[in-house]
Amino acid sequence: MTQVPPSGQPVDRAFPPGVRTLRPPRHLVSPVAVWYWTTRAAIGWAVVLILELVWLLAQSGDQVWHLVVFLVTVVLAVGHLIVMPRWRYRVHRWEVTSVAVYTQAGWFHQERRVAPLSRLQTVDSERGPIEQLFGLVKVTANTASAAGPLRISGLDRQTAEELVEELTAIAQQTPGDAT
Amino acid sequence: MPPETGAAAGAVSAIDPGVWHRLDARMLLLLPLQEILKNLPFLAVLVLAGSGSGRGPLWGLIGLAVTLAAGTLRWFTTRYQIGVAQVQVRRGLFRRRTMTVPRDRIRTVDLTAHVLHRIVGLASITIGTGRTDRKEDRGLKLDGLSAQDASWIREELLHRRSAVAAPTATTSQAGPAATELARWQPRWIAYGPFTLSGAVTVLAVVGFGLEIVNEGHLRVNRLGPIHSIIEQLGSASPTLLALVALVAAVILIALASTLGYLLAFWNFRLIRQAGTLQVTRGLLTNRVISIDERRLRGIELSEPLLLRWVKGARCIAIATGLRVGRGAERGGSMLVPPAPERIAASVSAELLGSTGPVQAALLEHGPVARRRRFNRVLLVMAPVLVLLLILWGLGALPAWPWLAATGLLLLLLPVAWDRYRSLGHAVVGQCLVVRSGSLVRRRSMVLTEGIIGWNLHQSFFQRRARVVNLIATTAAGRQAYRLQDLTLPESIRVAEEACPGLLSPFLE
Repeated sequence: MTQVPPSGQPVDRAFPPGVRTLRPPRHLVSPVAVWYWTTRAAIGWAVVLILELVWLLAQSGDQVWHLVVFLVTVVLAVGHLIVMPRWRYRVHRWEVTSVAVYTQAGWFHQERRVAPLSRLQTVDSERGPIEQLFGLVKVTANTASAAGPLRISGLDRQTAEELVEELTAIAQQTPGDAT
Repeated sequence: MPPETGAAAGAVSAIDPGVWHRLDARMLLLLPLQEILKNLPFLAVLVLAGSGSGRGPLWGLIGLAVTLAAGTLRWFTTRYQIGVAQVQVRRGLFRRRTMTVPRDRIRTVDLTAHVLHRIVGLASITIGTGRTDRKEDRGLKLDGLSAQDASWIREELLHRRSAVAAPTATTSQAGPAATELARWQPRWIAYGPFTLSGAVTVLAVVGFGLEIVNEGHLRVNRLGPIHSIIEQLGSASPTLLALVALVAAVILIALASTLGYLLAFWNFRLIRQAGTLQVTRGLLTNRVISIDERRLRGIELSEPLLLRWVKGARCIAIATGLRVGRGAERGGSMLVPPAPERIAASVSAELLGSTGPVQAALLEHGPVARRRRFNRVLLVMAPVLVLLLILWGLGALPAWPWLAATGLLLLLLPVAWDRYRSLGHAVVGQCLVVRSGSLVRRRSMVLTEGIIGWNLHQSFFQRRARVVNLIATTAAGRQAYRLQDLTLPESIRVAEEACPGLLSPFLE
């Protein structure tokens, strides 16, 4: 029971014997995704830092507070850029069985989603500008519920293509409107 | 040009399949009035703008003529056809559009007759496919059918779906037997004041009034009676004034709420007929709303706080393609208006086919859930309170801010407690039952066949406390039904019991 599963989370000892736990999905996303998430976050931080820099330089006179704010932001940004992508990489996982899609995403807050393949409506794949830079693809499996799209971001191109093909074939087999 | 018949008014069987019809000729009486009312602001602006050149009335007349011509033209250019397999509407003079809805896709047929309609015996009908509430799908609207034609079309479209292939005889009353599930009783008016539906109206009217007084620089206090009232009030103490204002507001809101309740739900009836639920209601505007039972994925019993005090409840359909939430009353998913709780409960039980989901005792969510309800209040309020106290100690603020914050904290603690007490869940037969909320407590009973997936959400703190939000996703109603702060084993037990086998490949 003390063995550590691949996600790095210890097995829950609070479970009474005989009750099973929900394990994480089997597949990790592409390791390149770490750099994709880093870049995406870095762009956001850069905007904030540039604004603060303008604010710092535009003002004359007492600038101690401005400098403190700027340095605190730099520390936060560096911490976030180091911790977040690696944490995310350990969390973001996916798995497709013969009956269901199962995903896990997030870092500080985490979410697992399960949907039966018979309820899939559409399968989208999407590549944003930053994703293209790293050759990554985001695959989204939509169900009829507005609350239930299953997103797998940071897949390498080949895995994504195979996944989309597999899921699309299954979604087309389903009769009815899957509601 | 398709062949045409004259006005289809009168005889019920006048609507033949495959023939293009016009709207009822009586609509020509209503159209001028409707159009003028609709374009009143435009006409007013025209008259005002024209009065600068001394030709206000002339411009007004021109505007009126254009409005009337456009309205009347709409009547002359609209044609509809109730075919064997589809419904078609044709509109437009220069840009002719034909809208087609296959009959097997029709999910809602709503009939509305406002006051003007009712005076001349007309009604309007909205045909919806109700596929999803996300896409733009306003359906087909035919404004201005005779009341008989409208109800005949409604019957035809809803109850002959199974027999669309066969040419049907056109007698209207031969439908399958109808069961009445609930009927309005005059005693229900007592629930009116507790719906608070009038609060928004009263606030809007008061706000609008103040705006006019401000904008128009009206010297209200110069008016005789108001002047003397203000004189007298001026000598009263502020506490008394506040009290009077409060009582006046409560009475106004109660009256407005009761009036709103009567207007919306007068003569309410819920009928079940051949796989369709039919809600009839309204004092001035009559509405007949139909919900296809095949789309029903559950029932929600909702009890706003005030209504709960007087043992009242509402009943809302959880159906695919029907919006729930804001505007549920207007959107047509309301099955029972604010009424005695036992009536809402018995209707729910009837529709779900068992009293189990309505009566079953619910499982509590446990100590962690309780602690987290209180933490939410304390984590927000405590820092605010401490900050205000420090500022007061430094002399930067008077005492009342922290007193007010303390008061708010004392008010929110019972709410947190009630929020925990509301939390509950169970899987009863074919139903997942979820209850939550304090200001509006909802007991959602979702049929498990309507659940199309699970989301398990854990915040950082929830992971440390070993609890999880289990969210059942569906295509109906609110789209997501959340079981807050379940223990991990309980979340898996619930998911496995509601949808056996879905999670099992991922368990170990």
